[in-house]
Amino acid sequence: MEDNKPQLFKVTVDGIEVEVEPGTTILQAARKIGGDVAPPAMCYYQPLKGSGGKCRACLVRVAAGSAKDPRPMPKLVASCITPVQDGMVVENTTNPQVLEMRKGIVEFLLLNHPLDCPVCDQAGECDLQNFAYNHGLATTRYEEDRREFEKRDIGPFIQLHMTRCILCYRCVYTADQITEKRVHGVLGRGDAAEIGTYIEKAIDNDFSGNVIDVCPVGALTDKTYRFKNRVWFTKPVDAHRDCPTCSGKVTLWYRGEEVIRVTARKNEWNEVTEFICNTCRFDKKKTSDWVIEGATKVARSSVISANKYRRDAVKTSQFALNLAAEEYTPVDDGRNKSQLGIQQLPPERFAPALPHANDPEP
Amino acid sequence: MGKKILLEHIDVPGIETFDVYRKMGGYTAVEKAIKTMTPEAVVEEVKKSGVRGRGGAGFPMGMKWSFLAKPEGVPRYLVCNADESEPGTFKDHYLMKHIPHLLIEGMIVSSFALGANKSFIYVRGELMYVIRILEKAIEEAKAKGFLGKNILGSGYDLELVVQPGGGAYICGEETALLESLEGKRGNPRNKPPFPAVKGLYQSPTVVNNVESIATTAWIINNGGEAYAAIGVGRSTGTKLISASGHLNRPGVYEIELGVPVEDFIYADEWCRGIRPGHKLKAVVAGGSSVPILPADLILKLANGEKRLMSYESLSDGGFATGTMLGSGGFIAMDETSCIVRNTWNFARFYHHESCGQCSPCREGTGWMEKVLHRLEYGHGNMHDIDLLVDVAKKIEGNTICPLGDAAAWPVASAIRHFREEFEWHVTNPHEASQPGAVYRGEMALV
Repeated sequence: MEDNKPQLFKVTVDGIEVEVEPGTTILQAARKIGGDVAPPAMCYYQPLKGSGGKCRACLVRVAAGSAKDPRPMPKLVASCITPVQDGMVVENTTNPQVLEMRKGIVEFLLLNHPLDCPVCDQAGECDLQNFAYNHGLATTRYEEDRREFEKRDIGPFIQLHMTRCILCYRCVYTADQITEKRVHGVLGRGDAAEIGTYIEKAIDNDFSGNVIDVCPVGALTDKTYRFKNRVWFTKPVDAHRDCPTCSGKVTLWYRGEEVIRVTARKNEWNEVTEFICNTCRFDKKKTSDWVIEGATKVARSSVISANKYRRDAVKTSQFALNLAAEEYTPVDDGRNKSQLGIQQLPPERFAPALPHANDPEP
Repeated sequence: MGKKILLEHIDVPGIETFDVYRKMGGYTAVEKAIKTMTPEAVVEEVKKSGVRGRGGAGFPMGMKWSFLAKPEGVPRYLVCNADESEPGTFKDHYLMKHIPHLLIEGMIVSSFALGANKSFIYVRGELMYVIRILEKAIEEAKAKGFLGKNILGSGYDLELVVQPGGGAYICGEETALLESLEGKRGNPRNKPPFPAVKGLYQSPTVVNNVESIATTAWIINNGGEAYAAIGVGRSTGTKLISASGHLNRPGVYEIELGVPVEDFIYADEWCRGIRPGHKLKAVVAGGSSVPILPADLILKLANGEKRLMSYESLSDGGFATGTMLGSGGFIAMDETSCIVRNTWNFARFYHHESCGQCSPCREGTGWMEKVLHRLEYGHGNMHDIDLLVDVAKKIEGNTICPLGDAAAWPVASAIRHFREEFEWHVTNPHEASQPGAVYRGEMALV
């Protein structure tokens, strides 16, 4: 009898083997393993067709192209758009060249991105903030003037703060793929490129609010929520309603008893898989509008969990710890470390005990 | 005199017209290919010739053609990349202006070989008068039965379209060109898929440079082996070089690959040396995107042998002591040239022309330009020099398309070979910032 099962490809990422279907990208294969093995992604957004390849945050080294042709790839490749081959060996957090490049990408992305996290509505759930925290340097070498833009209202619910935009194109793909009337896109080129609307038009279709959810930084913000609260003071709750337009599956963000924001639900990679309509997002802000499902599961390493657990119960990213250990320069104070009970760092910098997606949260 | 293939009849009066071109042996390659050869045989001849893409990358043209996917019921396209806009490169412009039928003939032969029934010549929009010349040539060829339906009664149809570009340098990158040709913003595409599999309108497409396509007529007339006999090693045939800068006789020259660089600069046949009273300081050998070399390295290899005008010889030693033939934009600079200012000028171009899609190129090109501007105007410090090297390293190889490399290489190589000049700009800010200020310290001048 013929076996109809598709042949699976074996891929090794940072020493961990995983089996995936042909056509899977390196990023998807790494995400299947989970944890810090998955490269960061600022522009790739799985539900949006054609996204990826732009920010270069997910560059990895392919140490072996395939079992048939085990030659390494000459350059780093964007894992979000590179399909796997059977027997491919990928180095992500285990390769110093990749980590060095990531530092560079963080630096590039922050060249024109203001560090206004203290007043930015995206703080605490900002992909760039997380990326910079995990992979970047604490300082910048950029001395020149940064580009600045006036804030613009692009429709009744959305404000565009172009100064923070990192040109990931996610909102453009969203408007192109899930709405009928796309009126915005990228204007200009190089570092003068900007997201803009066609002759100051408003974005006013039923699904326009989704561009807020896909924005990895605080460039597109919800005017009904701006400056109302910090995300770590709110309580996210999963809820749904019978909506004739969309799936109606949302996260309600509570401050006390009040729903101050409604967003689509995001998965562990911070991606929305079911987009929601503007009615659910902007008009239904009473608990009575919704069927409550329960508290949203939030990783304990997330800032959203801050102050909700005892400090010793918060799980910090293993990768961040490893990187910090790598960059830590011990001061030789002349004392005998073994007598002080200080453990030496292992010579293998990143190899040991990376967390697995299936590891239970503590 | 060296062998001429493309510019053999360039001085014949009226060669831009069909009748004169035909009288000089034009369109015989079309007749030979369509009447006596199969498309596969044409591809084979091009493979045998060993001709490499003349746009800059130097990829073997026959091999590129053989990668073309041939699915049933899907059209195939040939696109001629005439978006020549690299600073220092102006050979295609010259060829199209003076002998347009050579390109048209090459397009017909190449389209026949690839099975394309509609082909495009994507010309930089500023060259409107060249576009009109090409359109006139196409009309003439069509009137004589060499284009359109049932060419020479063979049953083969070909429509040739001249498409003006919007004037963005990035549209010279093949996938950005295809996006632009489709009427979209000229952003490079992620690869794979490569154009040979999914190119114009998601159909298999070959994108070739003007010079490459124009070469096919001679190859078909004389055979691939005859072409391969010209040149040196894997650098076969002839190459158009657009020579500019402080040369006594700048211009577009056709050279047999393998000519010594020294001869090209100093021989009467070509550039006739550096302008009187001056000495050669540096050369950009293949258009502004390739690494710059000081005079001693451009003339000699590391082992002391003469450096030749060929893909292999120019790149000998990697980027430590070599460069690239690139598109053949040969820019010579004498000792009055300020390398820092020149590097800043190149960086300014790449900053302006970056499409802005990927972050290293979008942000990095602007950063380099600003730091170089600071150095040039006497506001830099020693850290800036290392910073430039590091930023160039972070851009190189990490971008969607080669524009990142094109921006990074000139900066990195200028610092590698002329670091003392950058340092002089830091240590002598008042002097360096004066108009026309040039470092005249110890350096190898020839």
